[in-house]
Amino acid sequence: MIIDINFVGLIITSIMASSVPLILASCGELITERSGVLNLGVEGMMIIGAISGFALMTVTGSLVIAVFGAMLAGVLISTIFAFLTQTLITNHVATGLALTIFGIGISAMIGKNFVGIPGKEFPVLFGSLKDAIPFLSPILFGHSIVFYFAFALPFITNYFLKKTKIGLIVRAVGDSPDSASNQGINVRLVRYLCILYGGAMCGLAGAYLSMIYTPQWIENMTGGRGWIALALVVFSTWNPIKILIGAMIFGGLTIIQFHMQAIGVRIPVQFLTALPYIVTIIVLVVISRDSRKIRLSTPSSLGKSFYKDN
Amino acid sequence: MHKTLIRSFVSSLVFLFTFTVAAVAKDVKAAFVYIGPTGDHGWTYQHDVGRKAVEAAGYKTTYVEGVPESADAERVLRQLANSGHDIIFTTSFGYMNPTNKVAKEFPNVKFEHATGYKREHANVSTYAARFYEGRTILGTIAGSMTKSNVIGYVASFPIPEVIRGINSFTLAAQKVNPNIKTKIVWAFTWYDPGKEAEAAKALIDQGADIIAQHTDSTAIVQIAEKAGIFAFGQASDMDKFAPKAVLTSVENNWGPYYVDRVKALANGTWNQKDTWHGIGDGMVVISDLDSAIPADVRSKVNQLEKDLASGKVHSFTGPIYDQQGNLMVAEGKTADDGMLAGMMTYVKGVEGDIPK
Repeated sequence: MIIDINFVGLIITSIMASSVPLILASCGELITERSGVLNLGVEGMMIIGAISGFALMTVTGSLVIAVFGAMLAGVLISTIFAFLTQTLITNHVATGLALTIFGIGISAMIGKNFVGIPGKEFPVLFGSLKDAIPFLSPILFGHSIVFYFAFALPFITNYFLKKTKIGLIVRAVGDSPDSASNQGINVRLVRYLCILYGGAMCGLAGAYLSMIYTPQWIENMTGGRGWIALALVVFSTWNPIKILIGAMIFGGLTIIQFHMQAIGVRIPVQFLTALPYIVTIIVLVVISRDSRKIRLSTPSSLGKSFYKDN
Repeated sequence: MHKTLIRSFVSSLVFLFTFTVAAVAKDVKAAFVYIGPTGDHGWTYQHDVGRKAVEAAGYKTTYVEGVPESADAERVLRQLANSGHDIIFTTSFGYMNPTNKVAKEFPNVKFEHATGYKREHANVSTYAARFYEGRTILGTIAGSMTKSNVIGYVASFPIPEVIRGINSFTLAAQKVNPNIKTKIVWAFTWYDPGKEAEAAKALIDQGADIIAQHTDSTAIVQIAEKAGIFAFGQASDMDKFAPKAVLTSVENNWGPYYVDRVKALANGTWNQKDTWHGIGDGMVVISDLDSAIPADVRSKVNQLEKDLASGKVHSFTGPIYDQQGNLMVAEGKTADDGMLAGMMTYVKGVEGDIPK
């Protein structure tokens, strides 16, 4: 087979499009985890975002309301998590799992009336430039605004955590809530806000799936992407740039294995299907093998409840 | 001691009550067990459309959705059989053993198992649809309309049902266009819009200009619509999801069979049987043909649909060769149901290997 440069461009575009929900959800969860909160409800928040976005789009007809509504829905459901874990001091792991189960259930219930309705066309930016330059054009132009936002987000997140004062506060709260509290930081408030922010990003990731990637609603349509996003955060050692790399590798291998099947490469399909998971983990482990750096970026109090002694 | 007495008294009361209620109620109650949610707009959705037809015919129905094909299925079946249902439809292949096991315990309840082949007890019937007949029609349209001569096919799992569909599709397409190639991509899922979309995109990037699917979501036809190519709907009419791309859909139409069987039970004419209905009996329905299909193809397809229905044309008419060129079905012969039911080899013209 002759490798055509445009063909490669098309594949890269597909890879980028498929990694958008992973990047959004992972970057959201990253902030939550850097503040010391382990929220396993990513899948649940994503699916809530997916149904809310789709339902609002169908009912109001406005894409803007739908996108922001999906983020708001993510915020609302994560408020439950925040209230339980921060105010009532429940266990993070159990509450997060419950949130996922709750999200899947309630989205199916709301979604009953939205099955079998086709979605709306989502507007793309720079659509006219799509064929201007071979190879580069399809990669750079003709995508939705959420797509561009997703690829900017890891860099924004990185800057936020490393260079801003609020980023420093978030990290301080995640590393040592006691010291942070002694410095006069309201640990509970910071964690609340980080959880809500994570919810908003997961909601957006879900909305991307139900409104842009495959515009339709069906039950369980996130198909486990929330869990992959969670795994990406850990394997990237809480580094947003590595999340970007991991998400691209994961999305890339999923798509390339389909291409290999279509070309007729004689490798067991089951192995190809498992490949994205294996390779993503290996690569992220290899690029994160510097244990000193891992210690620096791992939120030391992750998943531990914070009690303030009065 | 008197505790035991009270207990047995209460339980015999309950027993008597149930018995009387069962004796008084003449109406037949039907139950349906689904593998997925009724909101999948695919396999389970179509079964539920069938259930609603039974309801519309004046019978009471209940359903349980999302039942795993495990010990859970047995529990659900036992529960349904215990709670006064007279006929239970189990609508997924994996319910085969649980259905037969529970059927033994409840000889007075009728069981109807979809897509299976085990009828170990007199009260178990099986039924399935000859979807491959529909795929013969899709193949004919695809072979006539492809320009790149590459047809993409998103498959779910390597089981005879799916292989049969791929073969019947390819044979029909080759018949009208000997140069076509069918490229298969296995998604290893029945139902994951994101994954199905990615599989479809890969096939489009590889030059496919028509895509068929044997997975359940509408993602593939939507991707085809965006790419400006053609596709076929699966299980239900998917035209409204991709008005330009969808040429036609193969619909699963269970309603008439369900109504028939429940009525038969009410009339006392229910008997054990193995049903495998196709286009002729209306269990497989071809949706309206899209206006993009040229007139000559349209008339050919209409004729083919009639001939498949009457039995004049069979989807698997020899000579049929496998990928290595060995004769599978001799000239002038047609494949028998036994061969169709266990079909696990590709015919000539399909690319790649069946995943082991």
